[in-house]
Amino acid sequence: MTTTSAGPHVHGLGEPYKRKEDARFIRGKGNYVDDIQLPGMLYADIVRSPYAHALIKSIDISKALQVPGVVAVITGKDLEAAGLAWMPTLSGDSEAVLAVDRVLYQMQEVAFVVAESRYAAADGAAAVEVDYEPLPVVVDPHKALAPDAPLLRPDKKDRQPTNQIYHWETGDRAATDAAFAEAEQNGVVVRQDMYVPRIHPAPIETCGCVADYNAATGKLTVWMTSQAPHAHRTLFAIVSGLPEHRIRVISPDVGGGFGNKVPIYPGYVCAVVAALKTGRPVKWIEDRTENLTSTGFARDYHIHAEIAADKEGTVKALRVYTLADHGAFDAAAQPTKFPAGLFHICTGSYDFKHAHVAVDAVHTNKAPGGIAYRCSFRVTEASYLIERMMDTLAREVGKDPAEIRLQNFIKPEAFPYRSALGWTYDSGNYERALRLAMEKIGYEELRREQAEKRARGELMGIGISSFTEIVGAGPGKHFDIAGIQMFDSCEIRVHPTGKVLARIGVQTQGQGHETTFAQIIAAELGISPDDVDVEHGDTDTAPYGLGTYASRSTPVGGAATAVAARKIRDKARKIAAYLLEVGEEDLEWEPGRFYVRGSPSKGKTIQEIAFAAYTNCPPYLEPGLEAVNYYDPPNLTYPFGSYICVVDIDRGTGEVHIRRFLAVDDCGTVINPMIVEGQIHGGLTQGLAPALYEQLAYDENGNVLGSNFQDYLIPTAMETPRWETARTVTPSPHHPIGAKGVGESPTVGAPQAIANAVVDALAHVGVRHIDIPITPWKVWAILKEKGLATA
Amino acid sequence: MSIHHIRVTINGKLYEGDVEARTLLVHWLRDSLRLTGTHIGCDTSSCGACTILVDGKAVKSCTMLAVQADGRELLTVEGLEQNGKLHPLQEGFHVEHALQCGYCTPGMMMAALALLKRNPDPSEQEIREGISGNLCRCTGYVNIVKAIQYAAQKLREPEQVPAGSGGGGE
Repeated sequence: MTTTSAGPHVHGLGEPYKRKEDARFIRGKGNYVDDIQLPGMLYADIVRSPYAHALIKSIDISKALQVPGVVAVITGKDLEAAGLAWMPTLSGDSEAVLAVDRVLYQMQEVAFVVAESRYAAADGAAAVEVDYEPLPVVVDPHKALAPDAPLLRPDKKDRQPTNQIYHWETGDRAATDAAFAEAEQNGVVVRQDMYVPRIHPAPIETCGCVADYNAATGKLTVWMTSQAPHAHRTLFAIVSGLPEHRIRVISPDVGGGFGNKVPIYPGYVCAVVAALKTGRPVKWIEDRTENLTSTGFARDYHIHAEIAADKEGTVKALRVYTLADHGAFDAAAQPTKFPAGLFHICTGSYDFKHAHVAVDAVHTNKAPGGIAYRCSFRVTEASYLIERMMDTLAREVGKDPAEIRLQNFIKPEAFPYRSALGWTYDSGNYERALRLAMEKIGYEELRREQAEKRARGELMGIGISSFTEIVGAGPGKHFDIAGIQMFDSCEIRVHPTGKVLARIGVQTQGQGHETTFAQIIAAELGISPDDVDVEHGDTDTAPYGLGTYASRSTPVGGAATAVAARKIRDKARKIAAYLLEVGEEDLEWEPGRFYVRGSPSKGKTIQEIAFAAYTNCPPYLEPGLEAVNYYDPPNLTYPFGSYICVVDIDRGTGEVHIRRFLAVDDCGTVINPMIVEGQIHGGLTQGLAPALYEQLAYDENGNVLGSNFQDYLIPTAMETPRWETARTVTPSPHHPIGAKGVGESPTVGAPQAIANAVVDALAHVGVRHIDIPITPWKVWAILKEKGLATA
Repeated sequence: MSIHHIRVTINGKLYEGDVEARTLLVHWLRDSLRLTGTHIGCDTSSCGACTILVDGKAVKSCTMLAVQADGRELLTVEGLEQNGKLHPLQEGFHVEHALQCGYCTPGMMMAALALLKRNPDPSEQEIREGISGNLCRCTGYVNIVKAIQYAAQKLREPEQVPAGSGGGGE
């Protein structure tokens, strides 16, 4: 690159630019929903069902209304009268806002109490008397389809009387079955049942909102913990009948989302109803127990997987059957076209010629959900199953787990690669990532050490996960949220002095958009990120977008931002040509400046051009320097990586100690390596969590057993290892800057690396699988059974 | 419900108010005094988002009544910055990228401050133990440990730590 002027350093792509958003957070000056306090604001509390399945015989609110400070109590019957007792879910089901005559899971919303203070609201909720008649409970999804199972959703009158939500299949069943028949004769077939347990995203900030209706203007403003404010505005308009331009959804600072804040929850709707009813602003903030027990859970897939391979372990076909537990309402967050989300990415990084996947989803007496928890619509389940299965195959044919992967990887020259289940992988080099991971961690040496330790009776395991992600939904023709196509957007305004305001349709819950999106614009326009302010989350100002989840911000919103910035540059070129009195084709661009080819001293900076756009604009152009882009991606992006985990197992207690964990990630072009590494650290920790600690378990009566942070074990700094990271870079060929997205890769890739390491430590005594979370008790029971326990 | 008059010094300034006996300290700080930097994450003293210092010791303010703070000295995140100069912990969290969503950050910094008051030169393991009452869902703790190491060094030998390279904000 020729540099003709000593302009300021740009801090564009690839630089560890410190975060712009930190300034407010480190001072305690963030603005989260619960920080908002409006004059005359009321507080809400929710009466919830103690039963997992029961009829509501009666609700008596008279005592609650006498509690000092209580202003109103809203029940399902009140909502029914207003036509608001039910709301659409993200999967096209109807979910009760407040139960009218029947509750379907423990902690389901039954009544909504608003009062002058948090304390009065809680007092009022405690004084609501509900008479329940308990009904038989369905907890086990395998029993939900039994002929004698209680019918949980008699309200679904258009459907067969069954607890089945859907049956869905994809792939070539006949070809897959034929490959299995062949492998049964002349090759090997491996099979495994595995359960990916129900877990919860549990952001440290729970969900909540403040609803404020101005009767004079007819405008409703809702500050809410929303990962998709525009989609939520549209849904509010559809559900409430209020005109959409009179609804303003503001997602202020959000204290972590991880998919938990994608759905609309009953509390939001009730707060809006209460604000309309009382004429005062209403704040609803859930507590931790409400968050864990009633808002969007994730996973809960019971998987049976089979691989057909030849005797050398070269894979031929994959066959998967899954039973999905969706709980009482089908509120799974996924595109309409794909009821099991992107689960059929389950052939992973391997070159399967044939595959078939079938999924049955059922209702049970559990909370609704099935949200994409730091995962692009069921990729985590898919990646877990294939990475566990590749290890199982390796054992069967007597090969090292690394060798079986290297043998079966999709080759770099095969991209773009069309998978047996119909996805077109954009780019990848899986062997390079795994070889780098093996080299960095010293794989061969670790295997030698393991052999020595095994000889001494010590248990050490090495686990590999060479995952492929699939993120960045759309394209809009295939992907939607409640019918709205999944594109995203950016609007850029260059002010006369060359400073920039950018507004984006995606929204941050900690990902650092205010920094990284400024860097994208900085790189495209050759200015400092300090001169770019990025706004998001306010539907009255930001362009329409689908929000941040499924790692779609950089692949879609980032692309929109780069394209909008290029539109700015295109117009800047026209203005520069006018100012310099040359043809556009005679201009060269260097960061921050156009100059005349052959006369590098003759040029105009982007700031000079911006000023001219408002003061001396060519007569044949519109004045001003602004651009908008709505970006519909041509394909998804496919980040990938290879993770290696080393564990030691305590033979006395069954505890798993993670000695080392190395993550090699490839997310294409890196915008900010510091932020990428931070995303990987955090994602790995959320992958560690379900591998060893977290599960939302239920007892046979449908009681939630993980309803607080004493029972639902989020890793602390003590459980979390010092993550090691490295990277390869394989740009996406279809993304304007080659970026793929990274936030979810580690959560998707990590659990199976840990599970594989534990199984590896015990493989020599015949262990082939342990369901996550791999608790000390589970390990100790195996040690005991195998005669390895020392206590 | 009995009402009590309390006088509490917070970040060097005297605050007075009438509170119900059952009012949690964190609600008084946030809702009445509008010191909203102290957050609530679990209501059960598990997550540490509400950590503040009471007479120099880390306390989870969701598990203390406002009346119990009467006559005591509190420090919240809003009191870390002095005369426009960031506390080394604030600087460390920024420089080492020890925060993402920012929700656990105030409590995490206050827990770290209490740790550094009693142990100015903690090992990595001691830092991890010192913040084990504080949950972070975003960062994986690696950079939080680094940020506390940064602050510890700067507090011990203020001139030794170079300013962070590049960057917005500060």
